[in-house]
Amino acid sequence: MSATTGGEVDAMAGTMISLHDLTVSYRRHPAVHHLSGSFARGSLTALVGPNGAGKSSLLKSLLGLVPIEHGSVLLGVERQHIAYLPQRSEIDRSFPLSVLDCVLLGHWQRNGLHAGISAEARQAAVQALATVGLAGFEERALGTLSGGQFQRVLFARILLQDAQLILLDEPFAAVDEPTIDALMTLILRWQAEGRTTIAVLHDFDLVRGRFPQTLLLARKLLAWGTTAEVLTLENMRRMRATVAAWDEHAPVCNTEGED
Amino acid sequence: MLAHLYAILIVPFAENPFMRRALAGALALSVASPPLGILLTLRRMSLFGDALSHAVLPGVAVGFLLCGLSLPAMSIGGLVAGMLVVALAGWISRRTQLREDASLAATYLVALALGVMLISAQGTQVDLLHILFGNVLAVDQDGLLLIAGIATLILVLLATLYRGLLLETFDPLFLAACGGRGWLYQQAFLLMVVLNLVAAFQTLGTLMAVGLMMIPAVAARLWSERLGVQFVVGVALAVLASVAGLLLSYHFDLSSGPAIIVSAGVVYGVSVLVAPGGWLRQLMQRPHLRG
Repeated sequence: MSATTGGEVDAMAGTMISLHDLTVSYRRHPAVHHLSGSFARGSLTALVGPNGAGKSSLLKSLLGLVPIEHGSVLLGVERQHIAYLPQRSEIDRSFPLSVLDCVLLGHWQRNGLHAGISAEARQAAVQALATVGLAGFEERALGTLSGGQFQRVLFARILLQDAQLILLDEPFAAVDEPTIDALMTLILRWQAEGRTTIAVLHDFDLVRGRFPQTLLLARKLLAWGTTAEVLTLENMRRMRATVAAWDEHAPVCNTEGED
Repeated sequence: MLAHLYAILIVPFAENPFMRRALAGALALSVASPPLGILLTLRRMSLFGDALSHAVLPGVAVGFLLCGLSLPAMSIGGLVAGMLVVALAGWISRRTQLREDASLAATYLVALALGVMLISAQGTQVDLLHILFGNVLAVDQDGLLLIAGIATLILVLLATLYRGLLLETFDPLFLAACGGRGWLYQQAFLLMVVLNLVAAFQTLGTLMAVGLMMIPAVAARLWSERLGVQFVVGVALAVLASVAGLLLSYHFDLSSGPAIIVSAGVVYGVSVLVAPGGWLRQLMQRPHLRG
């Protein structure tokens, strides 16, 4: 019934996240329904499914941002080693903050309220900006950036967080091809560095081309495994069949995980 | 000419102790208020201060009923009432489907009605006017200490929590994902707003305490896109409005609180016209650059 971190890690050496019968619901309607399975340490997984399939809810439940109604989440990493990229709509870009300051927020978990920003930390932020192709943008105000540029800034902030587990919620929504390529290079580099990454995506070609693992979700689990096994015609057909199946008068679910 | 200026600008303060105290109180408020106002506008809660100022009223009324026109009693009452309303509204928005602004709107309106009911049941019309509109020229030594003390406390709190306050305003989800307790910063911030309103109610009255917090803050946002600069500009504009308002009220025998707020209004009007983010700059479009 709870999200656990740290202590029980030893029992799951090769596993980064272990889900057991996880259910998250809003007003009694399940957004994630009896989901079990695990993400291997160092894996790169695409989280795929129709709108309303519970993809964002799953990521938020891993972070404890939404209450877990049933089942459990076991994380093989401390909280300060998780980085999270929310959906873009949730951030106010008119905020009077410079690009460099925004990237420096990636040090928050280590620096907290009062620790000063060292010269190295600052240099790391400048370096991160250069890595995402925004060298020279340090002093620009956030409000002057385009959508794709802002997304690059958020990736630079994740670079600074130096996280072991990276959760990306629709990182490429309304982002152009060159930017996707640049950010995809970063994601593949994270995989090479042994970090675990989960990304919510809608572009099946991108998933087939770049993501080794795929989790196909439509509130309940449809398929989970290597991308080639998961994105089959049969599974895609099943996914479409579950879209928009909202039942206002759904009966109470008491299957206890036999879904 | 110089002698003339001296007579207009300096003599009122030099020769009248009550004007000096009023100036000191107004300046203390001018330093603490605009940063809070700017943070409120950044949270898109510009009208929040207005609501909170009403929320303070029932506490002031209870203090007034128990001890008459006693500053400590009314201040403590106002502080308790404001914090209760903030905590209650915060609790409702966390535990129910209502958002913060909706729950606060409902809570403060009830608080205001309670306050007016209590005051008019016991006091006279004059007392009600005094509480609603304040009298900066009646600030005594204790009142001045209260205002200065609260202003200092607010500045210290702002400096201590600055990074967290900004992060909670800018990207609350990031803070939450990092395991930070965002609501703690939010409650601490709202507590500062309540404290500031309690400090200001005696000089400006509960209704106009918000003016010195919001008007210079909104004007400052037109002058720069940098937060630090906005803070400095906001404080400078508030100081200007305070001095101008006090002098106006002295020379033309006007009510002091409203005179300060109207002066702030003039400052705001000028900012809307000539500031970099204002109307004239939009009007005089300069040719675009080559890329």
